[in-house]
This record gives sequence, C-alpha cells and structure tokens, in this order.
Amino acid sequence: MADTRGNGVLKGTFKVKAGLAEMLKGGVIMDVVTPEHARIAEESGACAVMALERVPADIRADGGVARMSDPALVRAIKEAVTIPVMAKCRIGHFVEARILESLEIDYIDESEVLTPADEENHIDKWEFKVPFVCGCRDLGEALRRIAEGAAMIRTKGEAGTGNVVEAVRHMRAVNNGIRKLNGMSYAELVHESKQLGASVELLAECQRQGRLPVVNFSAGGISTPADAALMMQLGCDGNFVGSGIFKSEDPLRMAKAIVAATTYHDKPEILAEVSAGLGQPMRGVELSTIPREELLAGRGW
Amino acid sequence: MKERPLIGVLALQGAFREHVRALEAAGAQTRLVRLKEDLKGLDGLVIPGGESTTMTMLMERMGLLEAVRQAVSSGLPTLGTCAGMILLADRIDDGLPQQESLHALDIAVRRNGYGRQLDSFEAELEVSGLEGGSFPGVFIRAPVVDDAGSTEVLASHEGRPVAVRQGSVMALAFHPELSGDLRLHREFLRLAAGSRNGKAPVEES
Repeated sequence: MADTRGNGVLKGTFKVKAGLAEMLKGGVIMDVVTPEHARIAEESGACAVMALERVPADIRADGGVARMSDPALVRAIKEAVTIPVMAKCRIGHFVEARILESLEIDYIDESEVLTPADEENHIDKWEFKVPFVCGCRDLGEALRRIAEGAAMIRTKGEAGTGNVVEAVRHMRAVNNGIRKLNGMSYAELVHESKQLGASVELLAECQRQGRLPVVNFSAGGISTPADAALMMQLGCDGNFVGSGIFKSEDPLRMAKAIVAATTYHDKPEILAEVSAGLGQPMRGVELSTIPREELLAGRGW
Repeated sequence: MKERPLIGVLALQGAFREHVRALEAAGAQTRLVRLKEDLKGLDGLVIPGGESTTMTMLMERMGLLEAVRQAVSSGLPTLGTCAGMILLADRIDDGLPQQESLHALDIAVRRNGYGRQLDSFEAELEVSGLEGGSFPGVFIRAPVVDDAGSTEVLASHEGRPVAVRQGSVMALAFHPELSGDLRLHREFLRLAAGSRNGKAPVEES
C-alpha cells in the first residue's frame, strides 16, 4: 500500500513497483543458494538475484514441502551483493511475504516452485509496499495476477527441468492471447474476459498497448545462451535462470554467456562466440517422463 | 523543415525502449546502441536506467566502454538517467571494487544511496530553467549525488542534487522516461542541437 511521508514524497506506489521491473528489462535474474553464488552472479552481470535454499532442480529431486528460505540466508545473500535481491514465498502465504518484506527484499516471487499454501487464493499484493512478480501460463493467468497487484509477470515454464519447451509454450500462449484481442469491440472484450477469467479493463489495456501492461520475463527451463536468446526473440523482456547456471559445469562462464545472449539475442555471430566451449549445461529432463502430479506449472489459479 | 537530431540510446540492459519512445515523441530520430559502430554519426547519446554493473560489464566485454568514453569526452551531448548517471560519474561509492565508469561528470555518486526498493519514491521536483511547473520525479533504487563538484545543479530534492549538467552532459538521478512528461527530453534535444555547430534547435511537434 502506498504511503505518504511529509512534503509529498510517495513510496510503495504501483509506479515505483512496476518501475523497478522496467529497470531489470533486458537482463538476467539468477537463482542463487549461497552468498558465494550471489557474488558469482553479480560478477557475471546479473541484473538481480533470487535468493533461495535450493534451486528448482533440487527441490524437484528432494520432494517434500518447499517453503520460504531461511531469513538468515536471505540476509546473507543481501549483504553479499549490490544488485537487487528477490526471494520466493509460497502461493497464498501472505505471512511469508510479510517476513520477506520486513527483510527489505527488493521483489517477492509468489512462486509455484514452492508448495502452495492456499489452493484458491493468491496474496492480495496491493496491501504490500514491496513489489511482487508472479508466474503465468497464459494471458488470463497473467491478468489475474496483475489484478491482485503483481507489478511484474514471468511465464512459468517448468522449473528445474533444463528443458525450455514449457517456457516457449507459455510465452507463445501469452502472445497469442494478446494478438487475439486485436480489433475486438468492447462487447467482444467482455466475452473474452469471461472466457479468460480476467478483468475487461486489463484486457482493454493489453489491446491498447499490444502487450501486457507490466514487464514480462520468461522462466522455467532456460539453460543455455541460445535458450535465453530464443525467449527474448519470442518477445519476453528478460530471463530468469534457475538451475541452468549453477547446475552447469562452469557457472561463471555460463552466467556471463547467458547475460550476453540476452542482450545480443538477435546477433547469431555473437551468440556463437559466447556459446563456444562452455562445457556441459545442466542435463535436463524430457517433460513426458515427469509424472503429471510432479509438474510445477499447474500450481496457481 | 529542420532536420531531426539522431539520438543513440544505449540498449544493453534496462529501460531503453521508454527513452526511445520519449525521444521520438519529443521530435528526435533514434538508434539503439549495442556495438561500437552504432555510435557513428550520432548527435546525442542517452544512457538509460537499469543495473549499472550489468551495463558496465557488457560495455567492457564488447569494447564499448572505451568507445563511449571517447565519444562523450570529445563532446557528444549525453543524457544519463539513474544507472546512466552512475556510468557518467567520475567517482562511484558503494560500487563493485572494480566498477568502471566513463568519468564524464565531475560528481561523486553513491549507488542505491536512497536505500532499497522499499525506499523508491515519487516526488515533485523544481528544475531550474524548466517552464510549466514542477517535474514528476520517479526515483527507483536511485543513486545519491554526494558531491556535485564543478557541475551545475539543475534540481535538488531534500537538499541533495538530483539533476546536474556540465557542458553538454546532463545526468538525472530519476526517470523522466517513466513519468510521461517530455520536457526534460526536449531540454536534452535542445542541448544536443545547440552543440551541433550552429545548427538551429529542433522543432517541437
């Protein structure tokens, strides 16, 4: 919630929440699990880091309930770097979010990678001064999150798989959803809003801008420079890379290469140069081998 | 009809598209700058907001840092906003140990000097020489100018300089490209036009 100090200074407004996401555009936000990882990410040119206890590949392997990270770890990572620090809370777990806000984290990811705390409701993000990013698989889901106050969106992909196919599917779904609005009358927008479960005002805004009204990163399965460039060319504003960096053979080199590939996504000769001799990327899994109930992207409503 | 100035916008990371939109609305042509050759023939350069460490590292790795440093020091009119202000500064406090800069403005800045995202804010600013009332300042993890050196301070907020100019280089701690107000972009285009060997200032459309 926005508040006012004396002499007209406004903090926590949607403009400054969405504004930080604008400043992250064209960059790479990297999952880190230790202060040392965070320093490597910063040194590679990450525009922000996501502080968590386990990367999604390990969360997937370990099973069990995945929760917000230990505040001591979040603090240690915050102290290790000068770039923005994000952290994840469970879907609907507004107390975890309040704890992260009190730690002065720069962005909260209300994330399907953690085990959901509420199977109907997401957090009312308007009530917070800290901005939120949320995942989506299509336009309707993106707009429901924005209606709840998310100041930034990321497509979900399938975290921890090293397989970009779901990230592509979700980015294309968002793009198709927006393209479909082109030329619709208001009556048709109302009908579409019912189909999507999204507010007609936000749909009208997407129609006017020809894109989501907030920054949209891609996430979930990006593990090579070429993957990062592919997502940029599909129209995302930047990339979250989770397991793809610290599960690769040479994390610093991989991280630098993914940063360069995100900027120079349309320059194949630069992509070839940064991709050369990187060593093994993370191994990755074929989606059809994962039991349906273990897929993360279906979490969120 | 007078020629529209060609303004390059450093497009490595950050909010460069918003600057492109604002500059074009203010009457300029634009070009995204990602490689050394993109600097050729520019009438001005904008260094946008974003993450200063990311931008600096990409510039170093692509050989762009020295090229931009030379272009700016040889008189290319330049506007830096937020991270752009940090890049233009001569002295950076709280940067990374090896953080490079363009040393184009005699100022000392402190990264994230206003605090973390929770301290990001909006405030109305009085900018000297700007007509039409106060300017909507949007500050996002903004740098603090600890020492404005020999620069001309164009605006201050709570006693701290937030807009400075030295010759044809201008730097702002806030984000005019997010405010929807084109006056500072127009001001920069006038500065760029004025330093083009007697060419007339640009028409505003």
